[in-house]
Amino acid sequence: MPAQPQKQPHRHGEGDQPDSADAAAQVQGNPQATERAAELDSLLDEIDTVLEANAEEFVKGFVQKGGQ
Amino acid sequence: MDRRVYGVETEFGLTHRPETGRGLPPDELARYLFRPVVDFGRSSNIFIPNGSRLYLDVGSHPEYATAECDDLIDLIASDRAGERVMHDLAMAAQERIHQDGFTGAVYVLKNNVDSAGNSYGSHENYLIPRTTHFRRLSGILLPFLVTRQIIAGAGRVVQEDDTYEAHFAFSQRADHMWEGISSATTRSRPIINTRDEPHADAASHRRLHVIVGDSNMSTTTSLLRYGSTDLVLRMIEAGVPIEDFELENPIAAIRAISHDISGQARVRTRTGEQVTAINIQREILRRVTRFVSERGAHHSHVDQILELWDRTLQAVETGEHQLIDQEIDWAIKKRLVEEVSHQRRLDLNHPRLQQIDMAYHDVHPDRGLYHLLVRRGRAATIVSGAQVTHAMTTPPPTRAALRGEFLSTARAYGAECTVDWVHHKLTDRPLEAIMVKDPFAAKDQRVEALLDKLGDRSSELQERSLEERSRQGATLALTDKYTRAPGTQVPEPPLI
Repeated sequence: MPAQPQKQPHRHGEGDQPDSADAAAQVQGNPQATERAAELDSLLDEIDTVLEANAEEFVKGFVQKGGQ
Repeated sequence: MDRRVYGVETEFGLTHRPETGRGLPPDELARYLFRPVVDFGRSSNIFIPNGSRLYLDVGSHPEYATAECDDLIDLIASDRAGERVMHDLAMAAQERIHQDGFTGAVYVLKNNVDSAGNSYGSHENYLIPRTTHFRRLSGILLPFLVTRQIIAGAGRVVQEDDTYEAHFAFSQRADHMWEGISSATTRSRPIINTRDEPHADAASHRRLHVIVGDSNMSTTTSLLRYGSTDLVLRMIEAGVPIEDFELENPIAAIRAISHDISGQARVRTRTGEQVTAINIQREILRRVTRFVSERGAHHSHVDQILELWDRTLQAVETGEHQLIDQEIDWAIKKRLVEEVSHQRRLDLNHPRLQQIDMAYHDVHPDRGLYHLLVRRGRAATIVSGAQVTHAMTTPPPTRAALRGEFLSTARAYGAECTVDWVHHKLTDRPLEAIMVKDPFAAKDQRVEALLDKLGDRSSELQERSLEERSRQGATLALTDKYTRAPGTQVPEPPLI
């Protein structure tokens, strides 16, 4: 076991990440893919409407006292 | 044990976001939140008619402890009922805050970390036989619990620091565990807490108190978390040998595992072997599966638990996280975080993604992102809204049913009473206090006899309908079950 976790590259965005923007561009005209992209857009838009606009203030403001 | 009592205690995060400036300080906000609780039970630490306990804990955290459950679905429904109670209280608090001339929204988050590094927990209780050898139990259970995060973690966006680049981790709680086993909670945060308060007959039972878990939003993840733990305990109790995975350093291991979403982090056992969390979980699952095939399933969800357990390990092994991205919290959250990150071209360090991590745990049914994903068919659920509503008013069929009936009846007669997990006392009849040590007991003649002294319950009490109750109180859980039938007199208290 490593004594101390090392700073190591976590390669996000490679392999396991759905590449939906590129995929949508490639499959224009594919109705299923278009529908999926539209669904995702609509989901992200809905999320934008429910989240407080200033993300940084929200995150910094969320401070609790320690519990158990 | 074929039949087991379970409970879960959840501490919630609480914050007030005014339109401008700083929100109310935690103590004051907690007082706003708990005003209906104090109005109902004259204390900020009460048992409520559904048999559960509602209180303010260390650090002004609102906390909900489910009643004793002997069924996993009851347990999950009761835990979800706690979220609904907190949401109702938050809405009532928000209204009063506005009446008092402040602005803004109250947020209750069922997560485990804030942005300043504070942590608060989700504690599980399992009733185990006193005869279980504790050293053997912990030897098997610790490696299971250290690695359980890969099947039941809530997931976390970790921002860049001196040690790590920004990344997605399995667990919320892993970085906040400091010991394997100990009797302290706030001070040292052990994975298994040995504080031995069985709330039952101490000669036959002890209460296993596990404080390592993440708070789950997903009911399917909850089923896997409690269901797998129960199966492992069952196997230990039956004395089935399990390969020795005792870890050299459980605390270093739990962190290393959490921060490597590939599941490939290697940790050292005491015998010097290098193993991954997948190795350990696979071997335990293999033994459990064999155990179940030999002895049979002890409840109706065993097959579902084993199937989801296997599929989750497969998802981690292969990196095909889409296999579980509707059922396991960390994978549901990870998919959303990656989609937002990709579509909006945000680096994982961007505060928006931390906000999304937090908002996933928002108990608000319209605003909380987990609930939003359920509505859009992107997260599976096994407990219906009606089951949760039922759990808000109705105790599960265990000792909790006695407690609930005792409380509701005493309240209807205006008789002061005190209850805790074991005791039932009418203030005016202190010598007749009743201890119920059997947590499975849903009926008790002594409790019935004591309540009969308050009056002829069958003719004098009327049960109120759900519609009637939902029109009253800040939350359904803080309404009375009975009303006095018209024309009945309050009995005189006995002379002591």
